[in-house]
Amino acid sequence: MVMSLRPLRASSSALQRTLRRAASTAALETKQMNLFTAINDAMRVAMATDPSAVVFGEDVAFGGVFRCSVGLKDEFGEDRVFNSPLCEQGIAGFAIGYAATGRTAIAEIQFADYIFPAFDQIVNEAAKYRYRSGGEFHCGKLTIRAPYGAVGHGGHYHSQSPEAYFSHTPGLKVVIPRDPIKAKGLLLASIRDPNPVVFLEPKALYRASVADVPVGEYTEELGKAEIVKRGEDVTVVGWGAQMRVLEEAVSYAEELGISCELIDLQTIYPWDVDTIEQSVRKTGRLVVSHEAPKTGGFAAEIASTIQDRCFLSLEAPIQRICGYDTPFPLVFEKYYVPDALKNFEAIKKVCNY
Amino acid sequence: MKMLTRLAARAALPGTRRALATPLTTPRAGFSSLGHFPGTNMPYVNELVFRDPKENDLIPCFRIMNEQGDIVDGAQDPELGRDICTQIYTNMIRLNSMDNVFYDAQRQGRISFYMTSHGEEGIQFGSASAIRLSDMVFAQYREPGVLMWRGFSLENFADQCFSNQGGHGKGRQMPVHYGSVELNYHTISSPLATQIPHAVGAAYSFKLAKEERIAVCFFGEGAASEGDFHAALNFASTKECPVLFFCRNNGFAISTPTKDQFRGDGIASRGAGYGIPIMRVDGNDFLAVHEATRHAREYILKHGRPVLIEAMSYRQGHHSTSDDSTRYREVAEIKHWKETCDPIDRTKRYLTRRGWLTEEQDQHIRDTERMNVLAALQKAETKGPPALETLFEDVYDHKLPHLLEQEQEMLEHVAKYPDHYAAGH
Repeated sequence: MVMSLRPLRASSSALQRTLRRAASTAALETKQMNLFTAINDAMRVAMATDPSAVVFGEDVAFGGVFRCSVGLKDEFGEDRVFNSPLCEQGIAGFAIGYAATGRTAIAEIQFADYIFPAFDQIVNEAAKYRYRSGGEFHCGKLTIRAPYGAVGHGGHYHSQSPEAYFSHTPGLKVVIPRDPIKAKGLLLASIRDPNPVVFLEPKALYRASVADVPVGEYTEELGKAEIVKRGEDVTVVGWGAQMRVLEEAVSYAEELGISCELIDLQTIYPWDVDTIEQSVRKTGRLVVSHEAPKTGGFAAEIASTIQDRCFLSLEAPIQRICGYDTPFPLVFEKYYVPDALKNFEAIKKVCNY
Repeated sequence: MKMLTRLAARAALPGTRRALATPLTTPRAGFSSLGHFPGTNMPYVNELVFRDPKENDLIPCFRIMNEQGDIVDGAQDPELGRDICTQIYTNMIRLNSMDNVFYDAQRQGRISFYMTSHGEEGIQFGSASAIRLSDMVFAQYREPGVLMWRGFSLENFADQCFSNQGGHGKGRQMPVHYGSVELNYHTISSPLATQIPHAVGAAYSFKLAKEERIAVCFFGEGAASEGDFHAALNFASTKECPVLFFCRNNGFAISTPTKDQFRGDGIASRGAGYGIPIMRVDGNDFLAVHEATRHAREYILKHGRPVLIEAMSYRQGHHSTSDDSTRYREVAEIKHWKETCDPIDRTKRYLTRRGWLTEEQDQHIRDTERMNVLAALQKAETKGPPALETLFEDVYDHKLPHLLEQEQEMLEHVAKYPDHYAAGH
């Protein structure tokens, strides 16, 4: 089977469905936004509705290296939208302290690849702040945003997907949106959630993903997966930028008559086990795909949980289509990423097992 | 106040032999960077100047009274008054009694861990008495005296150490990891220095909300080697946060002496590099610590800038109950500090010379405090552990579904083997 891959910019059918649903359920006024303007809009709403909210990080004052904070300093003042010194552990620590006074901190780490200097602050401090104090203190109004994932030429340190590291940390929530509508709704929900959230933004979609996004207030529920497309033969699970890849893989499979149920996990941790479980009980087959390396990746958690819950329903071994267990390469990115063809092969494999 | 600025200026001018005409500061208003390096207004020199910090004058250590409890020449007794001085002394004895009794309790296996404050009582009560209850404290772990001064009772301390149901922390953390939301004292955590940037973030929050309060952050000289120390001071300076950095330099980080910890002039000298006013104070002199802290607090609120205080002291006790400090330092050295420079003895001499304390009164205070500590300990020992279900509380703001499920699993399992778990509980 020979096929040409669709360009990234092509708007997906799933996206159109989301749009239609958003428009029909609430009859909301919408405005065309890409992913970075949707993020920007979410922060604007958060700051306008919460005078304690601050946005800071490296280079956010002039609008951010990905333009996510454009205009916010002019609108809300330099005390509330400001540059930090270049120091990720400082950004996270400062944000925790700010949030621990009961006020809203929206901190930006320039690339998820550079969140590791803040790992101690996020894992040992932010995540455990409430538990260790017996509930007396918490930093629940903390959100840490970071662009993540492959971007075509990011090499080792502008491509990583670190969600699995944080999903091993009780006390944190880890959220990844797949498009501008979700990005705004999930980010607003993350900012307002009374728990610290690591919010990873698919930087490949900052400009590439465009949609009519509701203006003003709305949130998407955390901890809920979304069934993007209903199907009968196989369940396909992913999140973030990988959803586009999976939509493409699913469309190839459908051309062969395979009916796929495509699910966007949305909240990586704590994740929506029930939705995946119900789907796999119906289809009997599961493919999980993420950009991050396979070993210790979050697909392993999903696979083992579903194997435990759906043992008698499974018709084939669960397939994990992931990045390889290497650092993220530059020149071989095309070969490294779990692209549509690799997922297409996995879908065929579980169906022909 | 004068002293503060003078010390800051001195430290900002390293190499006094060929001192710069102007210190490195941010550019003057209206300054154009054309022809100059961005962010500076430094002068040029035509001589090759190599600055060795070893040639700098050492930052002097501020003291008000000497080892005998006498006011040193030229110093001013702040005259805090009999009440507050006696109260400070009583608290020192209370902390010392608690340390002695709790340390022994750990040796007897009644609590799992303990850390004493021997030799650092002057730092804790000198500083605690000079800040307001509304000021938010972020401490390391050897500052229970600050919490004690704010009203944390012996029973509160004992409950936390015994991990019982009365303990505010629900028995989750190791002993001495105290905290109190009512007393504005953030719960201690073990990772060193992580609280320093927290204090800065909190201080920034107070500043934005225009609250007349500061954040006070305590840490040891060892913790100051962590990256978070650097992060915090730089953030505090650039964001002009009302925060007091309070370093307890007691000579050791567990077994590591300061010569293996740093080679500059202690911790205070670093403040200058961040553009932060600094002070060094004799930590065994509660009057000096009190005055330094009080001035720092005023300065911080008046100028909207952070201040760094380095209080010099000596860790008389072991690092913790898991440490035998005679393996890395001479018993004679410990003895010397205990006998000649102890902050409690010095405070006692100061009070005695003023006629504020007699031997009989002293003995009475010591007896009373010891009895109170023993009573608190015995009471804490009889209280049971927190309910088992609390294991799953407070991970998030409410118990999430996966935690409810795991809780159910645990309860069913424990119900199946009640004898085994009852014995261990």
